[in-house]
Amino acid sequence: MKSRRELKNYQNEQHNFKLRLAVLGLLVLIAFSALTIRFYFLQIKRYDYYQTLAENNRISIVPITPNRGLISDRNGVVLAHNFFVYTLEITPSKVEDLDTTIAEIAKLVEISTVDMKRFNKQKDESHNFESIPLRTHLNEVEAAKFAVNRYRFPGVELKSRLFRHYPLGKLGSHMVGYIGRINDKDIENLDEADLLSNYKGSDHIGKSGIEQSYESVLHGTTGFQQVEIDADGRAVRVLSSQPPTSGNNLILSVDSKLQEIAETAFGEHRGALVAIKPSTGEVLAFVSMPTFDPNLFVDGIDFDNWNALNNSLDKPLINRPLRGIYPPGSTFKPFSALAGLEAGVRKPPFSIYDNGYFTLPNSTHRYRDWKPGGHGNVDMRRAITISCDTFFYGLAMELGIVRLTNFVRHFGFGQKSGVDISGEIAGLLPTPEWKMRRYKQPWYMGETVIAGIGQGYTLVTPMQLAQATAILANKGVAMRPRLVSAITNAKTGATSLTKPIVNEKIPLDEKNLEIVKLGMIDVTLPGGTAASVGINAGYSIAAKTGTAQVVGIKQNEKYNAKLIDERHRDHALFIAYAPAEEPKIALAVIVENGGHGGSAAGPIARKVMDYYLLGKLPAVEVPAESTIVTKPNEHAPVAPIKPIVNAPEEEHFD
Amino acid sequence: MFSKLLQGFFKHIDSFLISCLLFTMLVGLFVLYSASGHSFERVTSQLINIAVALVVMWLVANIQPQQLESIAVPAYILGVVLLIAVTLFGDVSHGARRWLNLGITKIQPSEMMRIAMPMMLAWFFAKRETSPRMTDFAIAALLLLIPVALIVKQPDLGTALLISASGFFVLFLAGLSWKFLLGGAVSIGAMMPFLWSMLHDYQRRRIEILIDPTQDPLGAGYHTIQATIALGSGGVTGKGWLNGTQAQLDFLPERTTDFIFAVFGEEFGMIGNLMLLLLFSLLIARGLVIAAQARSTFTRLLAGSITLTFFTYGFVNMGMVSGILPVVGVPLPFISYGGTSMVTLCLSFGILMSIQTHKKLVASG
Repeated sequence: MKSRRELKNYQNEQHNFKLRLAVLGLLVLIAFSALTIRFYFLQIKRYDYYQTLAENNRISIVPITPNRGLISDRNGVVLAHNFFVYTLEITPSKVEDLDTTIAEIAKLVEISTVDMKRFNKQKDESHNFESIPLRTHLNEVEAAKFAVNRYRFPGVELKSRLFRHYPLGKLGSHMVGYIGRINDKDIENLDEADLLSNYKGSDHIGKSGIEQSYESVLHGTTGFQQVEIDADGRAVRVLSSQPPTSGNNLILSVDSKLQEIAETAFGEHRGALVAIKPSTGEVLAFVSMPTFDPNLFVDGIDFDNWNALNNSLDKPLINRPLRGIYPPGSTFKPFSALAGLEAGVRKPPFSIYDNGYFTLPNSTHRYRDWKPGGHGNVDMRRAITISCDTFFYGLAMELGIVRLTNFVRHFGFGQKSGVDISGEIAGLLPTPEWKMRRYKQPWYMGETVIAGIGQGYTLVTPMQLAQATAILANKGVAMRPRLVSAITNAKTGATSLTKPIVNEKIPLDEKNLEIVKLGMIDVTLPGGTAASVGINAGYSIAAKTGTAQVVGIKQNEKYNAKLIDERHRDHALFIAYAPAEEPKIALAVIVENGGHGGSAAGPIARKVMDYYLLGKLPAVEVPAESTIVTKPNEHAPVAPIKPIVNAPEEEHFD
Repeated sequence: MFSKLLQGFFKHIDSFLISCLLFTMLVGLFVLYSASGHSFERVTSQLINIAVALVVMWLVANIQPQQLESIAVPAYILGVVLLIAVTLFGDVSHGARRWLNLGITKIQPSEMMRIAMPMMLAWFFAKRETSPRMTDFAIAALLLLIPVALIVKQPDLGTALLISASGFFVLFLAGLSWKFLLGGAVSIGAMMPFLWSMLHDYQRRRIEILIDPTQDPLGAGYHTIQATIALGSGGVTGKGWLNGTQAQLDFLPERTTDFIFAVFGEEFGMIGNLMLLLLFSLLIARGLVIAAQARSTFTRLLAGSITLTFFTYGFVNMGMVSGILPVVGVPLPFISYGGTSMVTLCLSFGILMSIQTHKKLVASG
């Protein structure tokens, strides 16, 4: 039987092989001929051209840095812009004796000790072939003086550079952020993103806040010039060029006047405030106190200023709205309340008789109410108004930790809000699984009980708290918070609005929302825990006060603010939205070591709302505290908690 | 007695190949000294690379081609496994995942594939009892595409290109039909506009820059612009050794590795370039002769592929430096600084020598 396939014919195969080998040999010949022709073209025909470029003049590609986009607030007030300044820069590798050179320069233009310190710090941090500014902001006279003597200083250059400037200084610095010199880590990141060639010629890059998170929008596209340079490296002739494209301008949703009022209202206190427009998620104010002057960072910060900022006990560099984490305390109660109502665990007209404490079945441990002796008859609405701990202990116990956390998670607790600044911390919403992972311990019922009043492990950022309040105000529709409301294309001038993003629509019963809202409105009316905040407001405020412990109080100990070191005093918390019927603003305020929420944080919130809703400026002199001030002491006797004021690392919270 | 010992020692070394190789390497050392800014350290380190590579070459030349044939499959499989390991656990450096950290040492499996690939395909076609049919070529193409895809993903375009070339040469020499070649070329050409329309703008931009680097003078184009100035200003006779201004004045990037040819061309001019082309042509010619004289299908295909791959190396590098080919990371064989490519190249020339000097055994056995 004959095979359908032909067996190899070795004679034939070898013949074919050699034929194909010859074809490839021809390919080699053609390819090498092509190279020869190319060599002829480059090295003989255009020899003169290249010879001139290489020998007499040298060609150089000079990048043209684009103008960085501007940042302004919702009313067009500029928060970050650029201007030209003369700088005197030294490339250490090109200077033989650095000290003598600087001493000689100092005879021409003033070099202060601050300049020297900054220069030395930057010299240590950069490569010696990089050009480092010695003096910035030279005036015309100084610039001219140096220009005349330029020949004496090889390796020293007078440059006209665009500088970033933040005209409002300390105002909103955590939000706007700042730019700083590009370091090795930045270069690595740019390289990875394939953006390095766009940063040739750029010295600065966004380091924090909006400046960092919108870097790609603000930076623009680098242009270039192909120039001939002479032996001294001076450009002689431009061969070709492509202009740069400026970065786009950003318009923030923040109102800088509102921001100023809020920051001023904090006075000497540390803390944070975030105000959000509930219907769109636009951030109206983003306060982190104390603040710092971002202009310090632009030229490269000097050691003294850096140490002062970095070592300050007040931690001004921490972005508190995003990275400060606090126990929510009683501001958590409206969310517990809604969880109980939605789950059907509490149905009006349910009420309890509060005799001042709560005990778990088969236990004698007393979970005390902040008010000794209790509040008597308390229903859901009143429980919110007077911040009744006992009511929420029972609610949490019946609801259970799983149902409680599963519900409030929808309001953004325990997760990042997704605001358009990076560095946000997720906070912590504890669950039995989390505790097992973190501490290898089972969950105790007592921990559920105190979780109901926002104590225990739960930790929130001011941004989260504001976002949760905004979601509550917006009847369960969660808008993603954002600071940038529009981007203006620098080239075309066209402005495009950023679209509001709906994170989630939580299905909620209108009746339940109403109960919580009424309870919260009563908070700012006589009898409520923040009655002083609502006086003569002219609009209705739905609010909740809160206090978060900094040091644990033992079962039989009494809290005495006067005897406690200022930094160990409680944090004051306050959340609110107004007008309650048709909310236009929702906010969260935290005053570190401020004591009670109603009296310390509430007035700040009131000033912000007054301005935003009525355009009313706060009175210069604050009138004496009004008469009807209830100063409840809202402490729950709690299991040991370790409140962490300023977050160290995210991993800490798992 | 001694001379006999020596003769025995060099029995499997092809004197023509080794003479051309050593001369090329010597030229390379001189260029490297100039390109590195008179660095003896660099030259010494390259000398060590050469020594190691020559030992490897001697060892391989002494191995019988049959033994090479028997390790073709395991070598290929090991290579693919290591490449997969790289994609899963490889170290990232300069944005590419190429290295595999074995604890003691780091290896780059794609380099191994440069030899294993043609060996595997040559083995595959040698095993066919009949003249290879379309299905055989399809299987061979698949064997080729798996490692190439893994290397493209790293991404290492230069190596992927060279390995594709080495595989293609085996396929071609094994008798891939002309009709198919023509049909393939035409259909790829016809597909181009369609593929182009499917790409994103930024992807198109990257391809445009790859083809015409002058569009991105701050990035990829900078190399090409400076390299053509270096070459062009070299003229007919060159500026002389150590006198290249472009090279000496830091204008040329990567001038000891991928762009060393620019230094060579600037300092030795057109005459130098032609001499280098001649040297490469001699090596290629000898390789083709060895392939033509080889006795078995395996050795024939392997020798042909190795020789043409060497050609591709040189052509792609010189073409990219002189600005007629896109910039892909391919070193100039035997001249560019670097141990890995030196060893891989010498290993492949060791195989050529083994094929040439073990002919009698193949014939009788």
